[in-house]
Amino acid sequence: MILKTTLKNIRRSPYQAFAAILIMTLTFLVVSFFTFILVGSSLVINYFESKPTLTAFFKNESKDEDIKSLEESLKNTSKVASVKFVSKKEALEIYREQNKDDPLLLDLVTEDILPSSVEISAVNIEDLESIHDILKDNTIVSDIVYQKDVVSTLTSWTNALRQIGIGLIVVLVVVAIFIMGIITGVKISQKKEDIEIMKLIGASDWYIRLPFILEGAFYGVVGAVFGWAIASSSLWYASPYLKSFLEDIPIFPISSIFLLELLGVEIVIAILLGTFSSFLAVLRYLK
Amino acid sequence: MIRLQKVSKKFGTGEFGLESLDIFVDKGEFVFLTGRVGAGKTTVFKLITRELLPTEGSIVVDNLDIVKLPYGKIPHLRKKIGVVFQDLKILMDRTIFENVILPLQVAGVKEKLAEQKVQEVLEKVGIIDHKDKFPVQLSGGQLQRTAIARALVMSPPILLADEPTGNLDIETAFEIVALLQEINKQGTTIIMATHNKEIVDKNKKRIVTLHKGRLVKDESPSKNEEKKGGSKKINDS
Repeated sequence: MILKTTLKNIRRSPYQAFAAILIMTLTFLVVSFFTFILVGSSLVINYFESKPTLTAFFKNESKDEDIKSLEESLKNTSKVASVKFVSKKEALEIYREQNKDDPLLLDLVTEDILPSSVEISAVNIEDLESIHDILKDNTIVSDIVYQKDVVSTLTSWTNALRQIGIGLIVVLVVVAIFIMGIITGVKISQKKEDIEIMKLIGASDWYIRLPFILEGAFYGVVGAVFGWAIASSSLWYASPYLKSFLEDIPIFPISSIFLLELLGVEIVIAILLGTFSSFLAVLRYLK
Repeated sequence: MIRLQKVSKKFGTGEFGLESLDIFVDKGEFVFLTGRVGAGKTTVFKLITRELLPTEGSIVVDNLDIVKLPYGKIPHLRKKIGVVFQDLKILMDRTIFENVILPLQVAGVKEKLAEQKVQEVLEKVGIIDHKDKFPVQLSGGQLQRTAIARALVMSPPILLADEPTGNLDIETAFEIVALLQEINKQGTTIIMATHNKEIVDKNKKRIVTLHKGRLVKDESPSKNEEKKGGSKKINDS
C-alpha cells in the first residue's frame, strides 16, 4: 500500500519528479565520469610502472662480471621489481626490428656500435629517482634513460583530477540533498490536507513519512541508472578514439563486470542519498 | 465509555475553551452536544481524539487514559473513534470510494477485505451509486454521508459527529440524523455536536449543553420528554 502511495505521488507531480531525477542523474553522471577517469589513469600509471621504465647503457669496456654484480646489487634492493639485461647482439636485433623499413640505416650499424644495457622496472614509480642515483655513480654506466617526467606528470595530473572529482562530487551531493529536500518539502506542503486527515483517522508518523522517503530513494535509483547509462554509453562511443590514443596500454575493452559493479555501488549510494535527503526533509516539515 | 473529569482547556491567548467540565457517556448512548458557536463543542471532540491536550483534568476513552497516552499510541486511539468533521475533510482529488477506503488503508487492512467493507458501508449510508464520483459531483447531503461512511468504515465503537447537519436543508438534515440513529441502534456510541434546536427537540435523546466552555445542562431522554411536556427540570450532574 505504501509503495502504491509512493508511485501515485510520483505520477501526480511529474515536474518535481523530473527535477529530482535530473539532479540525481547529474550527480551520478559526474561520479561515473570521474570513476572512469581515475580508474583509467590509475591503469595508465600502473602500465608505466610495470614497464621497464629505466634503461642504463654500459660503456663498451664494461666487463661482464661488473655488469652481473651491478644487476645483483640492484636485485637486492627492495625498490627493483625486475632487471633485464640486453646484450649488444639483442640491441642490434631490436635496432633492426625498429628500422626494418630503412635498409640504409641497417647497413651503417653493427653490433659493436650499440651498447649493452639493463632495463629496470621499479616497484614504485617514486623509487626511480633513487635507482637512478645508484646507477649514475657506477663507473660502467655511460648513460641512463627513464620516463620520470611522463610518470610524475601523470601522477600529479591524476592526483589533481582526484581532488577536483572529489570536490565536485561533494558539491553535487550537497546540492542534491538540498534540492531533494526542497522538492520533498514542497510535496509535503501540497499534501498537507491529506496528511492532516490521515493523522486524524489514525495514521502513524511512519505511515505518513515512508512514502516520501521511498520517493527520495526511487529518484536516487533512477538518477543513478541514468547517470551511469549516459557515462557508460559515452565511454563506449569514445572507445575507438581512446584506444588509438592510448595504444599499448591495456585498458580496452572495458570489463562489463567493472561497469556492473560500478552500477551496483552507485545504486546503493543513490538509495542512501535519496533516503537521507528526503528523511531530513520529512523530519523538518513533518514535525 | 467516555469520561471527562474536571477538564479545562486554556488556549494560548489565555481564554478558556472549557472550564472544569464533567461528562460521562455510556456505551451505546446517543448524545446531542449542543451550545452556541464557541461553546466548546469542537474542543471536546478534539480532546477526545487527542488533537488537543487538556490544561487540567482527566479523559478516559474505552478504558484508556488518553491524557497520559504516549504519543505513539495516538493512532491506536484514533482507530477506535470515527469522526465526522465539521468541515468534512474530504479529499477533493479522490473519488468517494478512495476517500472512504482511506482509514482501512491506514490500518493496513488487506485490499480485498477493505474493498468489501467500503462497499458495505456505502450501501449502508446510501451512496453506493456515487462511489466512483469525485466530491465536486456530489450534493452537501451526499458529502455528509461520505464523511459518515469514512467515519464508520473501521466499525469504531465511538462516533463523534461535529455539526453533521451544519450546511444542509432541514429535510436532508433529518435524513442524516435518522442515519446516525440507525447506526446507534447497532451499538455505536454517538456524540453529535449541533446547534440546530429543531433537530435536538425532535429527537428523544440525551442533551448536553455547553455555554462558554461550561456545562449548563445535561438532560436525559426522559427529562427531555418531560421538557417537551412543559417541565423545565435541568440535570446538572
